[in-house]
Amino acid sequence: MLEIKNLHAKVGDKEILKGINLTIGDGEIHALMGTNGAGKSTLSNVIVGNPAYEVTEGSITFNGQNLLTMNTEERAHAGIFMSFQAPIEIPGVSMTNFMRAAVNARRQAQGKEPLKSTDFLKLMREKRKLVEIDQKLMNRSVNEGFSGGERKRNEIFQMAMLEPTFCILDETDSGLDVDALRIVAEGFNKLRTAETAAIVITHYQRLLDYIQPDFVHVLMGGKIVKTGTAALARQIEEQGFDWIKEELA
Amino acid sequence: MTSEQQYIEFYREASDLIKNKSCGVMNAVRDEAFETFQQLGFPSKKVERYRYTDVDAAFAPNYGISFAPLTVKPSLYIFNIKDAPIDVAPYYHKVADRLDAITALNTALVHDALLVYVPKNTKVADPIVVDNWLRGTAATMMNRRILIVMEQGADATIIINDHAADKQRFLTTQVIEVFCHDNARLDLYEIEETTPLCSRFSNVYIHEGRDCSVKHNSITLFNGQTRNLCDVYLRGENSEVTLNGCAIGSGSQRIDNNTLIRHEVPHCTSSELYKYVVDDKSVGAFAGKILVEKDAQKTESQETNANLCASSEARMFTQPMLEIYADDVKCAHGSTVGVMDEVALFYMRQRGIPEAEARTLLKNAFMGQVIDQIKNEPLRQRLYVKVEKRFRGELDKCDDCRLCK
Amino acid sequence: MTAMSEKNETPENMKEKTEGQGKNEFVRSVAEKKYEFGFTTDVQTEIIEKGLNEDVIRLISDKKGEPAWLLQFRLDAYRYWLTQKQPTWGHVHLPEIDYQAISYYADPTASSKKGPKSVEEIDPELMKTFDKLGIPLEERLALSGTAVDAVMDSVSVKTTFKEKLSEKGIIFCSISEAVKQYPELVRQYLGSVVPPKDNYFAALNSAVFSDGSFVYIPKNTRCPMELSTYFRINARNTGQFERTLIVCDEGSYVSYLEGCTAPMRDENQLHAAIVEIVVMDNAEVKYSTVQNWYPGDSEGRGGVLNLVTKRGDLRGVNSKLSWTQVETGSAITWKYPSCVLRGDNSQAEFYSVAVTNNRQEADTGTKMIHLGKNTRSTIISKGISAGKSQNSYRGLVRVGKNADGARNYSSCDSLLLGSECGAHTFPYMDIHNNTATVEHEATTSKINEDQLFYCNQRGISTEEAVGLIVNGYAKDVLNKLPMEFAVEAQKLLSVSLEGTVG
Repeated sequence: MLEIKNLHAKVGDKEILKGINLTIGDGEIHALMGTNGAGKSTLSNVIVGNPAYEVTEGSITFNGQNLLTMNTEERAHAGIFMSFQAPIEIPGVSMTNFMRAAVNARRQAQGKEPLKSTDFLKLMREKRKLVEIDQKLMNRSVNEGFSGGERKRNEIFQMAMLEPTFCILDETDSGLDVDALRIVAEGFNKLRTAETAAIVITHYQRLLDYIQPDFVHVLMGGKIVKTGTAALARQIEEQGFDWIKEELA
Repeated sequence: MTSEQQYIEFYREASDLIKNKSCGVMNAVRDEAFETFQQLGFPSKKVERYRYTDVDAAFAPNYGISFAPLTVKPSLYIFNIKDAPIDVAPYYHKVADRLDAITALNTALVHDALLVYVPKNTKVADPIVVDNWLRGTAATMMNRRILIVMEQGADATIIINDHAADKQRFLTTQVIEVFCHDNARLDLYEIEETTPLCSRFSNVYIHEGRDCSVKHNSITLFNGQTRNLCDVYLRGENSEVTLNGCAIGSGSQRIDNNTLIRHEVPHCTSSELYKYVVDDKSVGAFAGKILVEKDAQKTESQETNANLCASSEARMFTQPMLEIYADDVKCAHGSTVGVMDEVALFYMRQRGIPEAEARTLLKNAFMGQVIDQIKNEPLRQRLYVKVEKRFRGELDKCDDCRLCK
Repeated sequence: MTAMSEKNETPENMKEKTEGQGKNEFVRSVAEKKYEFGFTTDVQTEIIEKGLNEDVIRLISDKKGEPAWLLQFRLDAYRYWLTQKQPTWGHVHLPEIDYQAISYYADPTASSKKGPKSVEEIDPELMKTFDKLGIPLEERLALSGTAVDAVMDSVSVKTTFKEKLSEKGIIFCSISEAVKQYPELVRQYLGSVVPPKDNYFAALNSAVFSDGSFVYIPKNTRCPMELSTYFRINARNTGQFERTLIVCDEGSYVSYLEGCTAPMRDENQLHAAIVEIVVMDNAEVKYSTVQNWYPGDSEGRGGVLNLVTKRGDLRGVNSKLSWTQVETGSAITWKYPSCVLRGDNSQAEFYSVAVTNNRQEADTGTKMIHLGKNTRSTIISKGISAGKSQNSYRGLVRVGKNADGARNYSSCDSLLLGSECGAHTFPYMDIHNNTATVEHEATTSKINEDQLFYCNQRGISTEEAVGLIVNGYAKDVLNKLPMEFAVEAQKLLSVSLEGTVG
């Protein structure tokens, strides 16, 4: 599904990614772990095409398409979705208008007619139930006045609406209590199809208890320095990252 | 010849004609206003309140001055001033600033006036709508005068729409005087939707007695050059005023709003919210002053001006001012000029919303905060649609006035 | 008075508040010592005839032994000044100034050097002021008796200073001296930031400036100490027209302090100064002022007319300039320390506390002119009005067409003490670039009565509480001052507001 080769990227003058190689097949869950500043968020922002990041070398292909020539919204239309670590508030733009614009833009890209209002509202209702998000949040502006938990749940709700094939969960567990974590993770699992692949970025094992990774990668200094299975994540949870540094040294 | 000279000469020749077409109450102050105008001339940019508008240039072209009679549809509350059911002498040219050159010129040249009169304790359920249509086959100057008298406990909503029916150069001067007696409530909306060929100079003066509530909304959707002045005099305790404005500029449009809220007595509240989106080579200017006089204790005032510059050649000038002579007050103002939130743009694009659409949504949301405060539901809904159309470039003429269709 | 230690710098700035004739003597004695050691003026002896004409300018220039180009500079400025009218803008009532009734050159060392000899001879009012300032008795004695130790102290500081400075190639001297010793440097920069035709008072200053300081920091030099100048107006019917020029070359740093006082006079004294600052690539200048000119009496008689042009030119990339001012004195203050952010990534700051009491009028603020890319400016202004005074903030933020990514944040708060004063805010924002972010906030309110009550309940008098609260209110700005000045400024605030509440 996704193939990253020798990816280098910088923010401003600072090079953060220094040669990432990563292949993700259909239906695979890849956990990405690493200390702060290792480049995890940079990698996810580069995949989705945040204009603040500049790719200096390497390639990313997504189902055979060259992602790097596509802009942010084209990538989204291709089925890539990011659950943001800190979803932004957009005052004055209601959730309903926001989602309608997003759903219809994607439909247009797929050559479909825009949804009729009634059908759209029906879709909203169904998906809302699926991820257990309160109707009252839908009447507000995007993320405005949402609690940390509500924002994360709103991300999963949007994922439900847009039905991506590839998801990046960027520290979706941060700021969530155990119950909220369970609801969000279960929401994600419900939405997954056999094809859906994902990158799960986390510092903790607990999210991986709900979303079982097929592979675990450790990112350090802008490179993937170690790859393993779910057992690697458990080892990191117990021992931290120092042993990996020592191994490398 | 300076610009004012042609108006001075015109008046000397035509004053008898104007007086014949007009009425006693208007003629009573006409010569004095002319003298004032003659002395002042057009304000230069050195005059503080006119620093952002080149008045002289706007009045320089040779316009034909319209003396078409004012046609008023028969209505319970709207009158030609000549048919006024009350004595208007205590009101006409009484709250207006007699030392403002534009007001003086208007007073000298205007031959007809509209009166909106709402009697004591009358609550007018439906909005009173005044439609101004600019029509002409040559470059035309219109001088418009509106007097609004709200008696004690009167309650009304007035919507004044400005349209240009012909693709012609129009220059408008307008003076609106509003008298709110004690306990009156007024929502006054002015919506300009003209063409890039139009220049508008509008001066609004509002007097509030005790326990009054006035909301004034100035909405510039489409225009050429607009200069709006609004002065509010809070002269009775426990009154409140809200001045809101929304200005959208593109092309080479210019929008200059200049407001003054004068707190003369204690216990009044004022709030002000003006928002601008300036695109292309348009120029926006906002200057708002809150003046709290010595005895106006317990004044509360909040003024906000927020602006979005959407292109590299757009210009924005902003000047929020506080002038305060009383100590027991809570006054604040804030002003911002900024760019679109890049993080929000990215978030929207990640969800697949194309960049241009995301920008439109954000501009809409930005203006929406002014439109949200409009109490009249049908008007509010209409403006949501119009503002959005404006940002989509679909509003390049006044699209819903009967004459254009 | 320079680089003053905490204990001995304050009385100079404070004494005008209460002193009578006798104390003037004292003030003079302290001040003269300073001058004697060449801090601000050359040692000359007389006051020249009142009045202003080309002969007077030639005389000034001649007395100072100036080169021909400088005389021409003065004459050009004078001829321009003659064509201009005294400005009327600003929220102040500037009286008609009779420019012919002023003497344009005076030398303080001509005055008497008498002073009180013991603590007993000091006016009890002055003693009270000292008490407020927390100056111990022995120091009062030292200061008032002969002031030798105290003044000697600060002089010795300066002497060490001078050695250290010259080691590093730093020039710090009076501008008259600089004209003689470094004519090329002075000629290169004088008038390059504030041109003589900039405004009416700048033209006047350029024509008749008497003295002031010159600072040059060579490349890649961190000035090891704070440089300080102390200005006073001593003689009657004289104007003070000092001129300061600071050039901070590439990669260098300097912090400069300016203190001002004038003794009590019952007629207005004119002060029209110019400060020019040039900041080159990667250089940084901090300029701090505590202005305590005589504010006039409670009826508004007398006091200094403080009409000053201060401007910094951030010519270099990554250059930084910060103005910090505490303005408590003068009958009328008309002053806008400004920054031209020419170099890319340059940063400018303006921090101001302005206190007005009695009949004082202040119209002060800043201009931030963004010309370079990614330039940043911050404005924090705190106005405090009491008595029958008028206190205005006036500021301009202009973002030029090419100043991509410019940012400004302005916050202007006003505090009102009493119902007869005024507090005004007149910000101007002219934005010519769509990538700029400019934010302005302002609030005006009265002193919080709950806070006052809380202090009272804890046994703090209202007057003291006002001092505390006002200092808290002004803290953001006071924190930006160098230590010595911060302490002085805090005390000044409390004293300036004495008797305003309760």
